[in-house]
Amino acid sequence: MSGSTCDVAIVGAGIVGAACARALAAAGRRVLVVDSHLVGGGATGAGMGHIVVMDDSPAQMALNRYSQRLWNELADQLPAGCEFETCGTIWVAADDEEMTEVRRKHALFAEQGIETFVLDERGLHEAEPNLRDGLAGGLRVPGDSVIYPPTAARWLMDRAQEHGAELLLGATVVEMDGRGMQLSDGRRIDAAMTVNAAGSLAPQLTAGLPVRPRKGHLIITDRYPGFVRHQLLELGYLKSAHESNADSVAFNVQPRKTGQLLIGSSRQFDSETLDVDPPMVERMIARSLEYMPGLEKLSAIRTWTGFRAATPDSLPLIGPHPEIPGLYIATGHEGLGITTSLATARLLVDPLLGRPTAIPVEPYLPARFLTAA
Amino acid sequence: MPTAITLTINGRRISVPPDYTIAAAIMQSGRPTLRHSVTGQPRGPLCGMGICFECRVTINGVAQQRSCQTLCRDGMEVETT
Repeated sequence: MSGSTCDVAIVGAGIVGAACARALAAAGRRVLVVDSHLVGGGATGAGMGHIVVMDDSPAQMALNRYSQRLWNELADQLPAGCEFETCGTIWVAADDEEMTEVRRKHALFAEQGIETFVLDERGLHEAEPNLRDGLAGGLRVPGDSVIYPPTAARWLMDRAQEHGAELLLGATVVEMDGRGMQLSDGRRIDAAMTVNAAGSLAPQLTAGLPVRPRKGHLIITDRYPGFVRHQLLELGYLKSAHESNADSVAFNVQPRKTGQLLIGSSRQFDSETLDVDPPMVERMIARSLEYMPGLEKLSAIRTWTGFRAATPDSLPLIGPHPEIPGLYIATGHEGLGITTSLATARLLVDPLLGRPTAIPVEPYLPARFLTAA
Repeated sequence: MPTAITLTINGRRISVPPDYTIAAAIMQSGRPTLRHSVTGQPRGPLCGMGICFECRVTINGVAQQRSCQTLCRDGMEVETT
């Protein structure tokens, strides 16, 4: 086969590529998605699937909020296998200092129209009896959800394919520009535009993208229904997420609909392979036990890793490449790609269709790093 | 002479010799089913050596424990599902 022609060629069948494919195909574009592996086989399948509003910057919060609304609009259509559940988040405060942060967050969320509840020590214990005694309290955010990312990505890709999108799996893109892609088997794909949604691998195809792989570990347990009821994160989580280069861990536990618990989290730069790093897993478990000692008695059944696509300012890259005509970028979502996938697709596609975007797109434009000469 | 160990299985007291595994105690009590799979199929001890995880039961309130790898202790409360 010598090649093919389409309107839009997308590299990357993770949740971001799938969401973009769905939006473009629904708008009538002839879309081809290429991935060397599976739908949702990279960071999408390795991640937790927490649809959460984080407030580390106004632009991050705006993107999270917009995308959460888009997920909520889809919720009724999602099949049971997507395991979408609005279980809420509790940000756990260990001490009085962190309770100050709880109140700050509560006020900030209220300004944005997001309902949250401040929990004192007793309220936290009632909400999550398996957290240890003596924690100061927390902030319950009832509107956050969890989802099973690989099936959600598959569902988005199925919708794209219903609208005529084609999917080419097991094909490796070795080169791309704004007019097409070259595959390792010699095939050429010509396109009117291309989208690099290759996650942490995106810089291999587009030189100069400020994206670094940031490795994360997760642990999943056997089924213990009811042991944890909300997604739980320590308030130090954002601090862990933003410590620029040091390896870090943070308490982050998610209840799955199956009754299983996902236990995170770790962040590491400069780890080249997907190998599980036992000392890092030990650190994660130790951190979890500080908050939830009863986890010690539960059985973990699997541990794995994935690479987040991290940018220097913790915001994704969404929009046209400023120097390469026809090339669009949709990567750099770090730990929030599941949450922000739907908004990413809309912010990429709405300008192409001549529609106004629901939120300003400027904070996410790749041009902030890739200034035209 | 070694003393018998008394534990409860689904609330029923039984006595077994020392060094019995929980799986053996449950088998001896005449119950072949230790748990039900997610799709509702009955499960019992298969490998007897800790590999297959088919014999999981709740021991003293902690679920998903392998009964073939756990020795009976006085006062243990074991629940099958």
